[in-house]
Amino acid sequence: MNRMLGYLKGYKRESVLAPLFKMLEATFDLFVPLVMADIVNVGIAAHDFHYILVRCGLLLLLAFVGLTCSLTAQYFSAKAAVGYSTALRHALFAHIQSLSFSEMDTLGTSTLITRMTSDVNQVQSGLNLFLRLFLRSPFVVLGAMVMAFTVNARAAMIFVVTIPLLSVVVFGVMVITRPLYKTVQTRLDRVLGLTRENLTGVRVVRAFDKEQSEIDRFEDANALLTGMQLHVGHLSALMNPLTYVLINLAIVALLYVGSIEINVGGMASGDVIALVNYMNQILVELVKLANLIVQISKALACAGRVQAVLDTKPGMTFPAELLGEVAADKTGDAVRFDHVGLTYAGAGAPSLTDISFTAKKGQTIGVIGGTGSGKSSLVNLIPRFYDATEGSVEIFGRPVASYPRDALRGRVAVVMQKAQLFGGTIRSNLLWGNKDATDADLWAALETAQAADFVRAKPLGLDEPVEQGGRNLSGGQKQRLTIARALVGKPDILILDDSASALDYATDAALRKALAALPGALTVFIVSQRAASLQHADQILVLDDGHLVGIGTHSALRSSCPVYEEIYESQFKKGEAEA
Amino acid sequence: MSAKAKNKLTPQQRKATLNRVLHKIRPYSAFVVCSLLVAAVSVAAQLYIPILCGDAIDKMLGKGNVDLAGVLRIAVSILVVAAAAALAQWLLSVCNNRITFSVSRNLRNEALRKIQTLPLSYLDSHPSGDIVSRMVADVDTFADGLLMGFTQLFSGILTIFGTLLFMLRENVPITLVVVCITPLSLVVAGFLAKRSYGYFQSQSTVRGKQTALVNEMIEGQKVVQAFGHEAESLAAFDEVNGQLQEVSLKAIFFSSLTNPATRFVNNIVYAGVGLVGALYAVRGGITIGQLSVFLSYANQYTKPFNEISGVVTELQNALACAARVFELLDAEDQVPEAENAAALQPDGHVQLQDVSFRYLPDRPLIEGLSLDVQPGQRIAIVGPTGCGKTTLINLLMRFYDVNSGSIKVSGTDIRDVTRASLRGSYGMVLQDTWLRAGTVRENIAYGKPDATMDEVIAAAKAAHAHSFIRRLPEGYDTVIAEDGGNISQGQKQLLCIARVMLCLPPMLILDEATSSIDTRTEVRIQKAFARMMQGRTSFIVAHRLSTIREADVILVMKDGHIVEQGNHDQLLAQGGFYAKLYNSQFEGVQT
Repeated sequence: MNRMLGYLKGYKRESVLAPLFKMLEATFDLFVPLVMADIVNVGIAAHDFHYILVRCGLLLLLAFVGLTCSLTAQYFSAKAAVGYSTALRHALFAHIQSLSFSEMDTLGTSTLITRMTSDVNQVQSGLNLFLRLFLRSPFVVLGAMVMAFTVNARAAMIFVVTIPLLSVVVFGVMVITRPLYKTVQTRLDRVLGLTRENLTGVRVVRAFDKEQSEIDRFEDANALLTGMQLHVGHLSALMNPLTYVLINLAIVALLYVGSIEINVGGMASGDVIALVNYMNQILVELVKLANLIVQISKALACAGRVQAVLDTKPGMTFPAELLGEVAADKTGDAVRFDHVGLTYAGAGAPSLTDISFTAKKGQTIGVIGGTGSGKSSLVNLIPRFYDATEGSVEIFGRPVASYPRDALRGRVAVVMQKAQLFGGTIRSNLLWGNKDATDADLWAALETAQAADFVRAKPLGLDEPVEQGGRNLSGGQKQRLTIARALVGKPDILILDDSASALDYATDAALRKALAALPGALTVFIVSQRAASLQHADQILVLDDGHLVGIGTHSALRSSCPVYEEIYESQFKKGEAEA
Repeated sequence: MSAKAKNKLTPQQRKATLNRVLHKIRPYSAFVVCSLLVAAVSVAAQLYIPILCGDAIDKMLGKGNVDLAGVLRIAVSILVVAAAAALAQWLLSVCNNRITFSVSRNLRNEALRKIQTLPLSYLDSHPSGDIVSRMVADVDTFADGLLMGFTQLFSGILTIFGTLLFMLRENVPITLVVVCITPLSLVVAGFLAKRSYGYFQSQSTVRGKQTALVNEMIEGQKVVQAFGHEAESLAAFDEVNGQLQEVSLKAIFFSSLTNPATRFVNNIVYAGVGLVGALYAVRGGITIGQLSVFLSYANQYTKPFNEISGVVTELQNALACAARVFELLDAEDQVPEAENAAALQPDGHVQLQDVSFRYLPDRPLIEGLSLDVQPGQRIAIVGPTGCGKTTLINLLMRFYDVNSGSIKVSGTDIRDVTRASLRGSYGMVLQDTWLRAGTVRENIAYGKPDATMDEVIAAAKAAHAHSFIRRLPEGYDTVIAEDGGNISQGQKQLLCIARVMLCLPPMLILDEATSSIDTRTEVRIQKAFARMMQGRTSFIVAHRLSTIREADVILVMKDGHIVEQGNHDQLLAQGGFYAKLYNSQFEGVQT
């Protein structure tokens, strides 16, 4: 929690002043019954109009000063809470950005989004409440008791007894019902789960004619929920009546003690009125306090979840400068894998085992294999999205870990399987590849990516808006734009991770041709399930269950690699022969 | 707050919804009557206690002038009245809980029943998240609103009038002071609410913007990192974050003014009563005890007003939620079954005669499709992704009804047989592998809950699922989580196959799509499919060439239309779309 509190640093003043002003307000409130007692005891008793008038003016003054204090407190508290959550969100966002792929996988996208939004909001309102009320309520309770002592010590003893009793009831009911409310939530979740199940599985439910049994199942779960709701409802409904009885017992005691004291001249009737008033204030504040504790414990749970994200350490560090020298015999190498193995965090089995190969500058490397054979895992090691757990990966003669982050990612461009665009324009998306690219650069990249035609056809061309996630573009268009985006950065190594899957065969072929025609020694990795897309690669890596089972050209592999032969056959050969 | 904006109902809608809500409450009218009665008792008792206190105070006039016996008598009365009030309070809660939770339970049950009879067209076109939120969140909000309404609205009104009555009985001018100043708190609260409503709205707009940005950036986090775009996206985030800070501060500050402001008004009332009351008391117009009654009423008089204004918003919200639930309940049901619908006796003979179908009136999909499938034949449906291959499945299973033409099984129009018997004649394995939260055994026995363990195991073995099930931590009793997270996609598919295996019907609908399934599991699925298809009429959404080539009829679909039909050789010879699709794989070789 210490680190979480650190974000409150800029708002130290506000977080001290808010509760302080709240307590000031409470103090002024506590004087009101005493002033009223004076009015009764002195003003009315002595028929002193002037005295009454002055005291009532004092009441108004107290009310006004109280209001001012309270407004000030609310302002400081809101400022501190909002400022805190803003700083926290910033820190969280920045932290998430620093996490590597491995941690992102473990945490999961949806979790991170909830932490950033609703959890932080909960923390914000929790903090706001805390600053405003957490000191005020206990202060009023104790303050009322102290005030009672100033009126009459014997009567005040009733407060000393009542306050603990009330606390026991208020907090007791809370302690008993809290876990029951959790059960209600679990049962509600069950009802929610069943509802969702019935909707997503509606075809299966109807195919098996299970409508009635689903209804029965749901009604059982629903009845359990209702039963629990009633049970908790009845229990927590005890709080008000019980405290009410207690308070009235205390008031009766006050009246009794009061009448005895008055009889002997120990106090006046105005004092009894004041004491009854204090007693009523105590109840109100205790109930507030109980609710506050619930709210704050919720906020603390959220804070804990936020903290867990902040505590996740980035698993990868990058050097600030390029390290090491390139060995003379490696100057022609673009990518070199040396006995590389990869086991994902938390996975039981390795995803890649003992992979060794060398890609020369300017070569086109094909990667093929079934689903889950490790194709993406292999190429993800090249831009160092993950660190190999065994062996070494080298880029242009140096270990990947010796490159600063920006230098590495600038030289290696990846077009991922899932075409991800961002809200903005086509131009703003392409500029991700290189902020300083000219329009000519952008168009050249679009031409190569086979995207120029459809961009040109858009009314606004490069300035055509792109919705969040690129929803307004087709799958093929998105893929081509992501390829263009990668090309804008003029990388030395381009990785197409199954990123032409939404393109038809002709476009796919044209893309490959255009890539081959690019000037300079661009090394291209093409991951694909289509053998046809890879036939002209200088080397094809054949993966099966994380093992490199074949490496070579198309024709060499056909005779030497049974897995490749199988893939190829399933896609062409048999069909051709039997057609 | 934006939720509230969309919650606005027209007065007519509100009235209609209210009527229906009242109708739903009617079965519990005994509780309603009881609730109103005890509320009246509780309010009266609570208002009476300050008066008793006042009487007691009047019995202690000063030193040596105290009627101790009188005070004690009153003390006993206070205790009795307090006990009565407490009991009434508790009964009030019990009644209200009973009404609220029963009504919301009934609503949920009704909604789930509704889901079972809604046509697939409704369920396909409404996001399931939306329906879930109507059934769970909306019903919940409705219940909360109703509970608050019952608990506070009636008691609030009673308290206001009761207090007024008691005060008028004691002293008219002081009552006037209370009555005149108190509404000020409503005015102030209303003003603040209006002001902060605007800020809350802009807060929720900016929040929405921020959530969208966070969504986009975190989902695209890998791309962000791949392009080294971290600094830019942080800057974009900070900009929205700054905007949010600004509007949040205003929204929170203004909304938090309500309590201090009403408390201030309350304090003014208190001072006013103190002044006028004291002046009267000096003249002997009222006793000290009576003054104390006024003071304690003045202290609490704003409370019911504030509560009621809160309840009104809450009730409006509840009504809007109820309206959304009713909207679901009012959706049109699927075409009811014919009264004389018979049970289908399937023999595997399926005829489609001049079938036309469209999801949207202006977008024709299937036009004039005719097909005669003999028992035991295999029909492969092929085409690019998203071309509407599942449409045909929807029609065969009668998830949707044809617009014209007819589908006959064993010579009977499927609209003339019961849905249960039609659907029971097909074994269906879809790409979307739906399993329920429950054990493996429950899932396999889904279609035949009384199956013995031996039957379940036999089905699992036939589906090549037995070996992996055995290796699960609890074997057949392993619980599959709601999202099926603890088993792989391929294993789920094997379980779906086993589920069909257990009650293997004469006709099959299979979807071959096996993306994200490892090769070894895929081989198993293939084997299981082959075994199921033996001697059964099968419709297969086909992805493998071998399946397609072996099919008796291939239906080639493109953009939702069936563009060609015939067997492999015929279609190749035709040189149409199928031939192009098939040959396109060789273009790469030729260039």
